[in-house]
Amino acid sequence: MNAITRAERAHIEATTVSFILDGREVAGGSGETIIEIAQREGIDIPRLCYVPGLDAVGNCRACMVEIKGERVLAASCCRVPQAGMEVSTNSDRARKAQQMVLELLQSDMPETSYTRHNEVDEWASRLNVGKPRFAPRPAVSGDLTHAAIAVNLDACIQCTRCLRACRDEQVNDVIGLAFRGAHAKIVFDMDDPMGASTCVACGECVQACPTGALMPARDVALVVPDKQVESVCPYCGVGCQLTYNVKDNKILYVEGRDGPANHKRLCVKGRYGFDYANHPQRLTTPLIRRADAPKRGDFVMDPDNVMQVFREASWEEALEHAGGTLRRIRDTHGKKALAGFGSAKGSNEEAYLFQKLVRLGFGSNNVDHCTRLCHASSVAALLEGIGSGAVSNPVMDVTQADVVIVIGANPTVNHPVAATWIKNAVQNGTKLIVMDPRKSELARMAHRFVQFKPDTDVALLNAMMHVIVDEGMVDEAFIAGRTLGYEELAENVKGYSPEAMAPICGIPAEAIRDVARLYATSRASMILWGMGVSQHVHGTDNARCLIALALMTGQIGRPGTGLHPLRGQNNVQGASDAGLIPMMYPDYQRVDNPQARARFAEAWGVPAEQLDDQPGLTVVEVMHAIDKGSVKGMYIMGENPAMSDPDANHARASLASLEMLVVQDIFLTETAYLADVILPASAFPEKTGSFSNTDRMVQLGRQALQPPGDARQDLWIIIQLAHRLGVDWSGYGENEAAVAAVFDEMRLTMPSIAGITWDRLQREHSVTYPCLHEGDAGTPVVFVEDFPTATGKARFVPADIIPAAERPDADYPHVLITGRQLEHWHTGSMTRRATVLDAIEPDPVAMLHPLDLAALGAQPGDIVTISSRRGSVSLYARADDSSPPGAVFVPFCFYEAAINELTNSALDPVAKMPEFKYCAVHVSLGGVPPEQTSYGGGQLLAALDARH
Amino acid sequence: MNQLVIPIAVEGASRQRKRQAPKGRRVDAAALAEVQTLLGDEAPRGDLLIEYLHRINDCFGQLSAQHLAALAQELKLAQTEVYEVATFYHHFEVVKEGPDGHAPAAAALMVRVCDGLSCEMVGARQLLERLPALLGADVRVVPVPCIGRCEQAPAVVVHQHPVSWATPETVLAVVQADLSRHEPAPYLDLAAYVAQGGYALLRDCVEGRRDVESVLKTMEDSSLRGLGGAGFPAGRKWRIVRSEPAPRLMAVNIDEGEPGTFKDRYHLEGDPHRFLEGMLIAAWAVGISAIYIYLRDEYHGCRTLLEAELAKLRATPPLHNSRDMPMIELRRGAGAYICGEESAMIESIEGKRGLPRLRPPYVAQVGLFGRPTLAHNFETLYWVRELLEKGGAWFASQGRHGRKGLRSFSVSGRVRNPGVKLAPAGITVQELIDEFCGGMQPGHALYAYLPGGASGGILPASMNQIPLDFDTLQPYGCFIGSAAVIVLSQHDTAVNAARNLMRFFEHESCGQCTPCRVGTSKAVALISQPRWDQPLLSELSQVMRDASICGLGQAAPNPVDCVIKYFPHELA
Repeated sequence: MNAITRAERAHIEATTVSFILDGREVAGGSGETIIEIAQREGIDIPRLCYVPGLDAVGNCRACMVEIKGERVLAASCCRVPQAGMEVSTNSDRARKAQQMVLELLQSDMPETSYTRHNEVDEWASRLNVGKPRFAPRPAVSGDLTHAAIAVNLDACIQCTRCLRACRDEQVNDVIGLAFRGAHAKIVFDMDDPMGASTCVACGECVQACPTGALMPARDVALVVPDKQVESVCPYCGVGCQLTYNVKDNKILYVEGRDGPANHKRLCVKGRYGFDYANHPQRLTTPLIRRADAPKRGDFVMDPDNVMQVFREASWEEALEHAGGTLRRIRDTHGKKALAGFGSAKGSNEEAYLFQKLVRLGFGSNNVDHCTRLCHASSVAALLEGIGSGAVSNPVMDVTQADVVIVIGANPTVNHPVAATWIKNAVQNGTKLIVMDPRKSELARMAHRFVQFKPDTDVALLNAMMHVIVDEGMVDEAFIAGRTLGYEELAENVKGYSPEAMAPICGIPAEAIRDVARLYATSRASMILWGMGVSQHVHGTDNARCLIALALMTGQIGRPGTGLHPLRGQNNVQGASDAGLIPMMYPDYQRVDNPQARARFAEAWGVPAEQLDDQPGLTVVEVMHAIDKGSVKGMYIMGENPAMSDPDANHARASLASLEMLVVQDIFLTETAYLADVILPASAFPEKTGSFSNTDRMVQLGRQALQPPGDARQDLWIIIQLAHRLGVDWSGYGENEAAVAAVFDEMRLTMPSIAGITWDRLQREHSVTYPCLHEGDAGTPVVFVEDFPTATGKARFVPADIIPAAERPDADYPHVLITGRQLEHWHTGSMTRRATVLDAIEPDPVAMLHPLDLAALGAQPGDIVTISSRRGSVSLYARADDSSPPGAVFVPFCFYEAAINELTNSALDPVAKMPEFKYCAVHVSLGGVPPEQTSYGGGQLLAALDARH
Repeated sequence: MNQLVIPIAVEGASRQRKRQAPKGRRVDAAALAEVQTLLGDEAPRGDLLIEYLHRINDCFGQLSAQHLAALAQELKLAQTEVYEVATFYHHFEVVKEGPDGHAPAAAALMVRVCDGLSCEMVGARQLLERLPALLGADVRVVPVPCIGRCEQAPAVVVHQHPVSWATPETVLAVVQADLSRHEPAPYLDLAAYVAQGGYALLRDCVEGRRDVESVLKTMEDSSLRGLGGAGFPAGRKWRIVRSEPAPRLMAVNIDEGEPGTFKDRYHLEGDPHRFLEGMLIAAWAVGISAIYIYLRDEYHGCRTLLEAELAKLRATPPLHNSRDMPMIELRRGAGAYICGEESAMIESIEGKRGLPRLRPPYVAQVGLFGRPTLAHNFETLYWVRELLEKGGAWFASQGRHGRKGLRSFSVSGRVRNPGVKLAPAGITVQELIDEFCGGMQPGHALYAYLPGGASGGILPASMNQIPLDFDTLQPYGCFIGSAAVIVLSQHDTAVNAARNLMRFFEHESCGQCTPCRVGTSKAVALISQPRWDQPLLSELSQVMRDASICGLGQAAPNPVDCVIKYFPHELA
């Protein structure tokens, strides 16, 4: 815990020196410490507090070495050699110190082993330290209050690796070293039980602990795994690489792997949210709807009672029923009577094959997925403005930025590992500007927190641009050389002075000016945004403003600059790239472009006229088309629109009215409940495939488990269904060979990944595109020279204020904002069946400002009822001042309080994105407590505890 | 802090609790308002964390978890960052919520009984035994490490009011008289100091009548060495820091915590401006932009005095151009011996736990707030004026037995007249006792002595002819340190002294490094045994010396090693 930070250390001058190490001359340089050099030279120095990747603090004193001429020994983990120094790692004196340190620590170790790798014991044994001669310290009590992590402080050696992991690395700032001397103690918050602390269970401390003082709960890590499988995380778009430790076809525990996006870091979902795959409610047999179970949109279901509505079927029967009916609808009602929703949770290969199935087998472009509900508006604005929908710079570039704007995003919750890089950047001097109506955790670290009124993004951003134009902070050379349409934009923002916008967005004019100046004048400024920007009827306009900000200041095309829409799902980038969207083929080639159509027709071996030349329907449009009777059959793979679509009651009614709904999933989701045929699919760890993260890194997820029962891998199911629709894909082969064959076809049709071979992916685990040819290292930062538009220039698109579709009024005076929770993913079908995640967040809650609660006369934890013009739910009121007064935030993952029954399906006119972030609601005290069925509410952990 | 953490039942958050609020302790609105009031209108500064903790502790008699959480929010710190600092310092009473969700009431009054060696030798134990019953349940009586009043042993502090030569009765009288503050005794204030020619030297320097080079030369010629204990040549230190890039800062160490030492307090209580002028001259010579004075919390009277005199200095600066005055901040320690270690002091000034830093880099290059820092002990600066007025040769000409300079010896223990003795460097303990202390107390004969406080080792009476100075004691496994001489007689034993001292080191170890944290603890256990495991103790000592991060752990084995070496008869 020295005051020298990493950044300062880098400035301490260090040149290459040669010195004597254990009698031989060696060279070290650029600030390398003795222990690092020794390691390279094959000399193992004992170490406990030192671990590469964390700041060296030199407190354990196990790594002491003798330096000739110095009065005392030196900690080799902290010492940089000087020229001519004579260092001995194994002199009598150094060795005695190393041994005594180990003996002292070992004398206080408990009899019980908490880990299979106690580093104190391992080093003591290597150094022949005998039985400790000192009496042990008084007994230290443990703490088993956390669902995921066991705290065994009797094994703690105060090395502070956990503390540094928590504070320097993840910057969750929960762990401290309190008290003094022999009383020095690792604490959570204020020496609180871990389970009652602010711990977010990222598990970084467990990964860092050398003695088992912090371990996965319930001793799972004491079991020796059968195998370790290198894979990636199935949750968000950050794309953390991880290792599955597997025994008996179950994942025991997960460790972070050194991937380019995470460098061994994980969050609670990635580390502890894996056991959904073994949940007893997994679908293991194809199911066909019973004739006596009519579909209705207003249902209450329990996945345990699946057989009340469905009957088991063979694969042959189920596929024939599903494929045959879809084929009949197509042939009877025309190609546009079918639609398909793929999934951003599936692999690139699955997404590619799914859209190919819709385009060839269904014969239309009616294919979409949840990108429509997430970043469609960002992508629309980006394609229009700069010709590419992907990020310009990876998240990691925040560490090279001087100013970072995070707007409409809550990365500590939704992209937790990406957030750690932002927090690290702040620690090293980057100025963070958080712009959000909600006060996220990041606000605490922000240089400026701009808490603007919901729905006023355009006003605020236009005012910033007004300042930049007005004060002459534009990058004229960049504008002249690389953009079009600046004059029009500059003219448009004239009407948006900060003074005029201040009352609208609730931010003082001077603060707007300050933020604009910071962004415009810094050496490198970067913008990251999330659903808070995109999920509005003016989502495209919001993104247009952000793009214009970057263009007018030239803050793009260099490291530490650019535009980064933080991708939600693990493969929303890849699924969009693969053409799982109604207006584009793979690689964003428009379906209404005859050349593109011809290219794909050729690649797919069909005549060009067989391909639909009109863009298909988007997610919400499909629902409306069902109502109108024009869409009659659907194939939904791994998505849950009955929970995730706005105005979910309406979406459910629409889905219920389909003639044939085929759902391919791992659980009986709300959508599957409305299906005619359910095809039991594979969970993420049960298959191999590639996934593209938010940084444009293509990474490999590898199979770790066998699917349960008769569940099948998704690629196989798609191929089988295609066969029933008259498309013969037997040529792809089976299992992993099929995955490789599909990937190979993708790279031939998608120039941006042409350089990534399946072999290379196996070898390198991660390759960033654009990667145009084999041997191309990949391109993390794009738009360096030009933009991928027809002219090579970017285009400014001015935006004006469009109010939300539904503003609060006397009847519905509150604003409802929806989103996610750290522990729960999307509609909760996976995470609410993951033991630890469900235990940490067991119940549906609405986050209300304490003042709003008081106005209702409610106590925290009381039941409140939230109603909109479209529906009503009751749930627990959580006092949380992160929501501004007047706004209530509800996660959409709780089936027992499905908040999307309330949301508004009004769409952004360009991107067809619904307005999840704003609708008018009424909140009242009281209501029927939400009723849980066979999952959620902490049932899994309770059952586990009962068994122990 | 005194381990007053009320334990709460170890359980995680209940399901209902999870419904009610986000994870962890929420900030209580009332506590937040109280903290905001105490912080006032100034923008909260993280480096003033300890100052803010003092304000809350002074106001409420304790630090409740609710107040700490509120303070964390105000400072944009994590709760644990505030908690770990609060629990590091002994003078903070941290309390957690009870089962009712509220902190228990604070003790009405705190009585601190010094159990340093000099006080223990003359009855601290008996005070600790008798006072609780005598003073009643509302008053908390706690043992504390040396409070720097060894010449008045046994010493007690009632809230902030020191009681010299304490007896249960005198303490009771002070408690009953409701005396809880320490008003400084009369001293030379700014007006009086200026009337006697004070600050003329500083003006000469700043206004160009003396040049920096001549001042540096005089300092070097005087061979004045750092009087905090490490003895680094003062003039050379000025030159080194001066050559570092600006802005340069200065940290003044008045965390006089070495048991047996009270010389800084003695000089400060009499002539504070002599020190302040020396400090400002050093700042001028080195080009310092801001000065932080770190005063140990036990010196309440000194704090009152310094606050008053610094205010006067700001109101009527001795310099014509007030821009020549560097910024001066007085910082209050909070009960941590380790903060006398310069890098730990720097951490503490930054508002953190006082954990010593690893060297290199040295504080002269990377010190306070990452800037080059001139760290000085109080007394070193106290001598600057006289040195510059009388010349370096004058100071160097003092001394005895071939040594140079003057030393302020803090003498306590079994001598007739204990106190601060300004004596020639190199004087022997026998000469010091005979010439300066009026000999031994009646009935007492010299048996042993500590030449340099708790860390400097213990020597037998037979070795009473060693010149006391820097470098002269090293051959004997001892050092002079802050020149705190504690004299033991035939009524005392070296073994008991060693036990007292090792308990002190265990209590004051910061806990950062294994050899010191675990080593002091194991050493206390080993030497508490009737028979010492001498081979194991020797091995342990060597590793504590070799592998501890700072001087505390490196010197902690000195008393034990000296007992083994010089007092084998006590171990037989």
